[in-house]
Amino acid sequence: MRASNFGSILSVGAYVPRLRLARTTIANAIAWANPQARSAASGSRAVGNWDEDALTMAAEAARAALVGVETPIGAVTLAATSLPFADRDNAVLLASALDLAENIESLNAGASLRAGTSALAAAARRSDGVRTLVAAADLRLTRPGSAQELTFGDAAAAMVVGPATGNALAQVLAAHHVGADFVDHYRMSGESFDYALEERWVREAGYAKLVPEAVSAALASAGVAGVAVNHLLLPAPAAIAKRIAKLAGLSQAQLQDNLHAEVGDCGTALPLLMLAAALETAQPEQTIVVIGFGQGVDTLVLRTGAGVAKRTPRVAAALNRRVDEPSYTRYLAHRGILQLDFGMRAERDQRTAQTVAWRKHRDLTAFVGGRCSSCGTVQFPRSRVCVNPQCRVADTQLPHRLADGRGHVKSYTEDWQAYSPRPPYLYGNVEFGEGGNLLMEFTDAEPGEITAGDTVRFVFRIKDQDRVRAFRRYFWKAVKV
Amino acid sequence: MASGIRDKVAIIGMGCSKFGERWDCGPDDLMIEACTEAFSDAGIERDRIGAAWLGVFFDEQNTGKSALPLSMALRLPNIPVSRVENLCATGTEALRGAVYAVAAGACDIALAVGVEKLKDTGYGGLPERTKGTFEDLYLPGSTAPGAFAQLASAYALRHGYSIDELRRAMAHVSWKSHENGALNAKAHLRNRITEEQVLSAPMISYPLGLYDCCGVSDGAACAIVTTPETARSMGHKDAVMVKALQLVPSNGVEMSHNSWDGSYTLTTRLAAQRAYAEAGITDPRRQLDLIEVHDCFSITELVLMEDLGLSDLGRAPHDILAGRYDRDGAIPCQIDGGLKCFGHPIGATGLRMAYEIYLQLQGRADTRQLRGRSGHGPAIGLTHNLGGIPNRNVASVAIFGLGTT
Repeated sequence: MRASNFGSILSVGAYVPRLRLARTTIANAIAWANPQARSAASGSRAVGNWDEDALTMAAEAARAALVGVETPIGAVTLAATSLPFADRDNAVLLASALDLAENIESLNAGASLRAGTSALAAAARRSDGVRTLVAAADLRLTRPGSAQELTFGDAAAAMVVGPATGNALAQVLAAHHVGADFVDHYRMSGESFDYALEERWVREAGYAKLVPEAVSAALASAGVAGVAVNHLLLPAPAAIAKRIAKLAGLSQAQLQDNLHAEVGDCGTALPLLMLAAALETAQPEQTIVVIGFGQGVDTLVLRTGAGVAKRTPRVAAALNRRVDEPSYTRYLAHRGILQLDFGMRAERDQRTAQTVAWRKHRDLTAFVGGRCSSCGTVQFPRSRVCVNPQCRVADTQLPHRLADGRGHVKSYTEDWQAYSPRPPYLYGNVEFGEGGNLLMEFTDAEPGEITAGDTVRFVFRIKDQDRVRAFRRYFWKAVKV
Repeated sequence: MASGIRDKVAIIGMGCSKFGERWDCGPDDLMIEACTEAFSDAGIERDRIGAAWLGVFFDEQNTGKSALPLSMALRLPNIPVSRVENLCATGTEALRGAVYAVAAGACDIALAVGVEKLKDTGYGGLPERTKGTFEDLYLPGSTAPGAFAQLASAYALRHGYSIDELRRAMAHVSWKSHENGALNAKAHLRNRITEEQVLSAPMISYPLGLYDCCGVSDGAACAIVTTPETARSMGHKDAVMVKALQLVPSNGVEMSHNSWDGSYTLTTRLAAQRAYAEAGITDPRRQLDLIEVHDCFSITELVLMEDLGLSDLGRAPHDILAGRYDRDGAIPCQIDGGLKCFGHPIGATGLRMAYEIYLQLQGRADTRQLRGRSGHGPAIGLTHNLGGIPNRNVASVAIFGLGTT
């Protein structure tokens, strides 16, 4: 093993949406058209709630990755093929939601499912001492009745990469890249769905030809013998992974589960999510090979560090938080594939006054309220004059981020009259642990789940969608802990 | 030291349109209907009016902004008209403008008109609209029932009731109002209902079912006010006098500060205290003969009984179920049917409430007429509005009495 010039993974975060759509639910709905669906209908796929997208999932994974990590974070890379904005810096929006410093370097990576591994390699290759947050997420639309509908899933993973420390989870030993315009699937700009090519061809001419060579080259570059590899992470169906391990001479390596049973293929996020999962079970001083596949191959070779002994099981926690989505049509409606009639109330104009959104961007995107420097009262939104009736002093409020705190529910309703893509619309008064009150939307909750007195945390979600101007806006919502 | 409004202004005429789904009427028709009754009631011509106040809430519903809708509908002789808007207290705010003008001596006779044409919305409930350029970016897209439903869970938590116990008292609130509204030809909803119907109605915003919500209707109401001297000179002996007119807006405490627990309306408590002081009422439970409160939703009326100081804290459900606010109870509430049966054409509501008090105090309320504590008819009545949502609102309390005290 050669001395590494690469950085280390300092922390990981994982996010899987709470909703799981059983593949039998899909198969029951579409088997009349696609009888093969029944034979592929084991397990569940993770599906984002109506207010989730690649950006919000990345934000949740990133928040988990940032817990307890040394600051500052100097760079953020957001990797995804399904980001909400084609032209608006999604990575900057992510950094804003995380309330990272404004002098941050941002990069959006996409257009290939290996964008996540490429971003990880680029971050590890930095030698300027900057800590990089790499987040990868995908919420890919799938055409009803397609094979992808059964195999894809929504999820995100994030890692902080920087100069090695004694507590690092793993050090990157080598990163090797192959570019090959092998079109196993594609999606033109502006299109909703992937077009997938024949599976047998992809397996034989794609994975089997490209990956073993890439792995050999990466191991050579790292100075690691194939027999020394403990974990092989290939984001592909289990049968393919097994075959590739054999072809690459890594039969002894443990094949990391591709999370098909619980999540599904979450695109750019999958190799990072598998790596996060591997780091939860690996022992110190083990060798991990991570593959990214998509118009070429990324291969990263890593060596686990002492940090794995003190890890927090983020993937396990994300997988444990689950609720079955029983309705196929509701899932389709959440994705905008099925356009339900929600009545005239849904016609409301959701135009955003961008002047206001910019003036209040930190309040809104980072969920920053004010703390009165005179009386200590926390309040949202920040205002010129303190709301405490015993204070009411002007211009004393210092920024106070509420996003990472807790609150409790003072009151709530389940509103069947209001428009919500997932009726009933749940909202109520939330009192922040540090003081202050806000009427907030609850998300990831079914009717009957929220009660006065409940403890909540806060998540960054889609607030609403301006269909007239094709704009999406975000704010923070309360989720029962 | 301010002396308050008590006994400085008399009401010499009032009018109220039929409330309901007035598909064949525009706001001008509704205003003319109410004003024609009021001019006839006062026995004056419209040219005697020195100034007028127009209360309209929804800009979007096409009554229009400014003085013009009223000035043009009535072809007023170019007198000053001010359009006012203060959420659901808009009607009372219009009255306040007219009353203050007379008290100030700015004019001898003033007119207050409130109107709202809701049934051009195109769907049930209130129109969907923006909450503001900043508010839309962080507040939930709440509805009125959803925002007021918050009171129920917070009240239940605070006072140790189950939601089901609370709902039984709320059902009695709605049952009682329908009993009253059934007697009122001007009410929108005149059907009697059972408490069981209330409890089993479709859910609107938990725990508010359909019958926990007031109707949505078109309507107008108005008042003609003058000085006691002018009232006497016109032959109005023992006129209905304004005893108090108080207005209390939130300042953000309920919205942002955790001193408010969500179980009551802070502004109503303040407005009631100030109004009782202004009217010289020391024991409202014994002195008020009838009340018209802002029962936009059953739970609102329930908590208001405490906020107005008429029930002890945590006891409103018991008092309601004991019939204390029924037409034969100690303090009849919503004797005309309330918002529950009249619906809530927002600009008109406060004046519609005052209209009922006015009729009751004068003994002109037909089959709804109360006998009052003395048996000689009621002498003191209160109206209350709560505009906005429990988190931030404008409360008004007005007190009217027969003659000077």
